[in-house]
Amino acid sequence: MQSISEAFGLALALVLSGDADLIEIVLLSLRVSLTATVVACLIGLPIGALVAIARFRGRNAVLIVMNALMGLPPVVVGLLVYLYLSRSGPLGFLGLLYTPTAMIIAQTILIAPIVAALSRQVLEDLHAEYADQFRSLCLTRVQTIQALLWDARYSLLTVGLAGFGRAVAEVGAVIIVGGNIDHLTRVMTTAIALETSKGDLALALALGIILLVIALCVNGAVQSVRMTAVKQAYV
Amino acid sequence: MSDAVAMPHSLTAPSEDRAGPLSLDVRDIVLRFGETTVLDGLSFALGASGCTMVMGANGSGKSMLLKLLHGLMEPSAGHISWGGYAPQEVTARQALVFQKPVLLRRTVAANIDFVLKTRGKDRARVTALLDHVGLTQKADQPARLLSGGEAQRLALARALATDPEVLFLDEPTASLDPASVLAIERSVSDARDRGVRIIFVTHDVGQARRMADDVVFLHRGRVAEHSPSTEFFAGPRSSAARDYLNGRIVV
Repeated sequence: MQSISEAFGLALALVLSGDADLIEIVLLSLRVSLTATVVACLIGLPIGALVAIARFRGRNAVLIVMNALMGLPPVVVGLLVYLYLSRSGPLGFLGLLYTPTAMIIAQTILIAPIVAALSRQVLEDLHAEYADQFRSLCLTRVQTIQALLWDARYSLLTVGLAGFGRAVAEVGAVIIVGGNIDHLTRVMTTAIALETSKGDLALALALGIILLVIALCVNGAVQSVRMTAVKQAYV
Repeated sequence: MSDAVAMPHSLTAPSEDRAGPLSLDVRDIVLRFGETTVLDGLSFALGASGCTMVMGANGSGKSMLLKLLHGLMEPSAGHISWGGYAPQEVTARQALVFQKPVLLRRTVAANIDFVLKTRGKDRARVTALLDHVGLTQKADQPARLLSGGEAQRLALARALATDPEVLFLDEPTASLDPASVLAIERSVSDARDRGVRIIFVTHDVGQARRMADDVVFLHRGRVAEHSPSTEFFAGPRSSAARDYLNGRIVV
């Protein structure tokens, strides 16, 4: 127990002192995961919207695949991205392996299906409400998708948050394609794994505390935006 | 819409080239859902102007008829012609106000602006349309926080924003207070006076008396009677309409 309490004390000291290494790791984590979330939303939201309003043969099979992809194992995604980006891989010439870009690519692949599947459900429910009105207004498919995405914006914030949560917390994919290189690709989760294995619990715990605080802050911010939107009946 | 008529409040767009007037011919329409027959060989014809009230007991198929005429549904059998066009070909020349208004999750003004923008209309008309339905003061408020009467007036303004030649209204004043009913009726009458063809579903006999040029009365999925308003209310020919107007249960 003493070592744990001692580790907590050191962790808090690290956080409060604004340790340079710690800040670097945190900032890289946020940069990688936020970028991956934005890219995943740019890919996943239009796909989710299109599947939400389209009726075609094999749609149920598409829904099953979309939902199944939400559970993609991070290490498998990491491995596949590694194979593509490694020197002998088809995209090896880009020289992206062990860079933050590779980590963004892996996280984007991991969370785009989450964004697509969850947004599909949100937008399909909204479209059920709007469908007759939109058909009466003779909206094109693009206009319908734009209107649905805008009107569901506050619900879709939660979808984006789910994606970000998955990205910032995962370790399997980024450790394979990033390599956990100090000052280059070391993010919070990979640092926690490394420091724990080295026995440096203080840094691991400090990063864990920051990860939890970030999760709380992001959730709190999204929740307060949603509460405001609910008051205005925009949700 | 007759573009030659002077329009109040800058409500309408500059004149557009449109095909001929939309007179309606409905022949032997049948609408089935599985074993249930909602409309069963329904036929009638309407001219290109005026206000027609569609009446009938609950479940007589009035709302479904509006959706068929507007091209939102396909009949199981029969033929609908708007001056030679199929309903789907003229949906853009028509507008429908639903019984329960479907308002976007935006401000009052943004609801109208959305329609003007997507239909390529002059977006500066938002102010005039809001003024026409008495919602200028509510322009920046969330649309879904409006009262029932205000919401329906907004839905009507949004429908008018499309410059429809035919305006369908599906019980737009059900459960509204008298002032809201009056406001809706006034706007609809204005539209009719400007040449918009009105097809209005209502259960409100007083409203039908005030507004109808003619009445189509549905009973058991068929047209039991189609008469000029004065004749219909003076003495309906069909026993179903007589029972309905006398407050007897009609099934």
